[in-house]
Amino acid sequence: MSASARKDTPEQAEFRQYCRQWLAQHKPGEPPVRLPQSPLEIMTEPQLHYLQAWQKSAYEAGLIGCDYPQEVGGGGRGDCQRIANQEMIAARTPFLPNVIGLGMAAPTVFYHGQEELKRRLLPRLFSGEDIWCQGFSEPGAGSDLASVQTFAERRGDKWVINGHKVWTSLAHFAEWMILLLRTDRSHKYDGLSYFVVPIRAALGKGVTVRPLIKITGETGFNEVIFEDLEVDDSYRLDELGKGWQVAMTTLLHERSAGELQTPRAGGMKSGATHDTNSRSLIELARTTRRGEGRAADDPVLRDRIMRAVIREKAFEQTLRRSRNQALLDHPMRLPLQNKLLASELAQEVADTALAVAGAAGSLYLADDNAPAGGQWPMAYMNSFGMTIAAGTSEVQRNILGERVLGMSKSK
Amino acid sequence: MAQPNDFGFGEEAAMLKDAARKFFADNLPVAALHQLVADNHDPDRGPAVAWREDLWRQMVELGWTALAIPEAAGGLGMPLVAVAGLVEELGRAAFPCPLLGTLNATFVLAACGDRAAAALDDIGAGRAATLALTNRDGDWNPAATELRASGGTLSGTAWFVQDAGKVDRLLAAAHTEGGLGLFWVDAGAAGVRVHGDAIVDLTRDQAHVSFDNVEAVEVSANALAALNTAFPAIWTLLAADIAGAAEWQLQTTVEYANTRKQFDRPLGFFQAVKHPLVDVMIGIDEVRSLLYNAACACDTEPEKAGQYAHMALAAASDLAGFASSRSVQYHGGIGFTWECFVHLYFKRQKHSQALWGDGAWHRARLAEILLDTAA
Repeated sequence: MSASARKDTPEQAEFRQYCRQWLAQHKPGEPPVRLPQSPLEIMTEPQLHYLQAWQKSAYEAGLIGCDYPQEVGGGGRGDCQRIANQEMIAARTPFLPNVIGLGMAAPTVFYHGQEELKRRLLPRLFSGEDIWCQGFSEPGAGSDLASVQTFAERRGDKWVINGHKVWTSLAHFAEWMILLLRTDRSHKYDGLSYFVVPIRAALGKGVTVRPLIKITGETGFNEVIFEDLEVDDSYRLDELGKGWQVAMTTLLHERSAGELQTPRAGGMKSGATHDTNSRSLIELARTTRRGEGRAADDPVLRDRIMRAVIREKAFEQTLRRSRNQALLDHPMRLPLQNKLLASELAQEVADTALAVAGAAGSLYLADDNAPAGGQWPMAYMNSFGMTIAAGTSEVQRNILGERVLGMSKSK
Repeated sequence: MAQPNDFGFGEEAAMLKDAARKFFADNLPVAALHQLVADNHDPDRGPAVAWREDLWRQMVELGWTALAIPEAAGGLGMPLVAVAGLVEELGRAAFPCPLLGTLNATFVLAACGDRAAAALDDIGAGRAATLALTNRDGDWNPAATELRASGGTLSGTAWFVQDAGKVDRLLAAAHTEGGLGLFWVDAGAAGVRVHGDAIVDLTRDQAHVSFDNVEAVEVSANALAALNTAFPAIWTLLAADIAGAAEWQLQTTVEYANTRKQFDRPLGFFQAVKHPLVDVMIGIDEVRSLLYNAACACDTEPEKAGQYAHMALAAASDLAGFASSRSVQYHGGIGFTWECFVHLYFKRQKHSQALWGDGAWHRARLAEILLDTAA
């Protein structure tokens, strides 16, 4: 029996068995195109269609949205998403493309949306037919999220939206956006409200999506401009002026610290892609020549590699410990570390790999001589997306210092 | 064998940890500890053995020194993760006593086989013990010893012996005609001399111990095998002591940062103070996660125990230095004085940092396992 299967309830054990069998038969075959490193870098229609077809089949089989009630398109199970996730990852399926929908929009709509809205939006979100994006950041509102200026003005039972959002991943494919905006300019926090907005239907009619190009050269995120976009009041989540509280639900789930488990899958690599974890770092060090020996013989590199290995093990074991109440002193102390640890670990592993690769670390995707197909420089560059997005590492340290250690707010 | 999800940390372990925290807090709160061990600030002070032997007797009666004795040898055979929980509390209290030494000796004796049964009975009967393995250079290699045994008697000097002034027995490694043996020695036997070291740490004592033809019982003729089996548990418990002490350093420094005001703000408002304290917290959590994993491996996955214990103590050793430096620095001027309690933990941690191998040493050993053996 696998370690993760040990503590399953009877329902979970039966569901795990079901997932395993279904995946053995239905895991999709090799993708027809190179897959990006994460859903946030989906650039082309063929990539998207391949991944959407996979998400739809997994949803229809009951592996996605398991813990949501059946009335909103969920599986109506108790604590089973975790099981499906473990099995999908173990089976090395492709990842799920509707990552913002599943991880952020779904729990937010579920906790704050009206019943009718949930029933209408969530099934197509779970199936991946509707891709979702998130309109939070603005040119003038990054780490200081509450300073967003995008404004909705009331006209009858409609709202008219004007403003400018940035870093909007997947907006070029998205049907819907979760949107944090301002309905009152006189209160910073209490002047915020939260909407879901059908942006695809409004392209060219009040919504403009323009791609931004990342330091890796990839597209994937965008700026989104609203010019007199009319939106119905029924698309508002929770009460007027409660936008900040609703946004906290979104962010908590984004940082994997919320109630509802986010569906996760992945592991499949296509073509020239390689893993970028400590196991592949060790492989790189063993196979890279340095002078008469291997890079793995250099004492300074050995120390750096072991630091990364230890940090990765610590992260893995911290996730394990998070599930044991007896070993926690403060309920949020470990969950609130997840995002910070995962992103800084990825950065350290990739940085160490570039040091190990040495001169060959200069070679990128299109170069036949690039170690690991050029994935290491790409992983290192992309890791800054992780340490900056969803609250920078600096903001994460503020949150931990204030909410867990009770230190005075730095603002 | 796979590890249980909960590290084997069950209800009994949780009760033991709570009981230990209460015992130390009730009997030797930090102000009382300071009075007990820090009465002489003279930098030229000689060796001292400051402890509450009456409290140690109570710990023995509570059964804490027999926790790690295997059930087959008449002990409690508690999972190592439960013992680690107790040792975290010991570290949090910076409590002066020979518990770590006694547990360490237990692990080695338990790996020695039948010949060590009487020695384990000694520990079961409440005798305190410590390891005498180290040479004058402080070599962390478990095989480094300057002692020689011949004709049933020991000669030479063992260095860096922890809490030697508090124990009844010594477990010494010595070169024999056949290789490397382990010997169980009465600390009061004729020919044993304990020379206290003048050390910085006020919460422990340390000595070099000379042996002049001392009668000793050989408990193992293959010291290396027993030590290699026992060292993962020894490293893991030192990591637990460090994690507990670091948690005290963190909480005490955070409390100070929340009350002390400068520039009209509590110190914790300033990110130059707040963020490194968060990093101390993260460091503690990494060490705790790693040490429970190592402890659980000692119980259920022995082939991985060495690897995981290297990880735990490498991280813990670095944490000991980092948490200590931040605790003094963020207490500012008062943190630099003898009257502020943080120096007790600072000194204990700096001692622990280099006790059974520092971070670089453990990473080097780990690298030999992960980089130099077949994948």
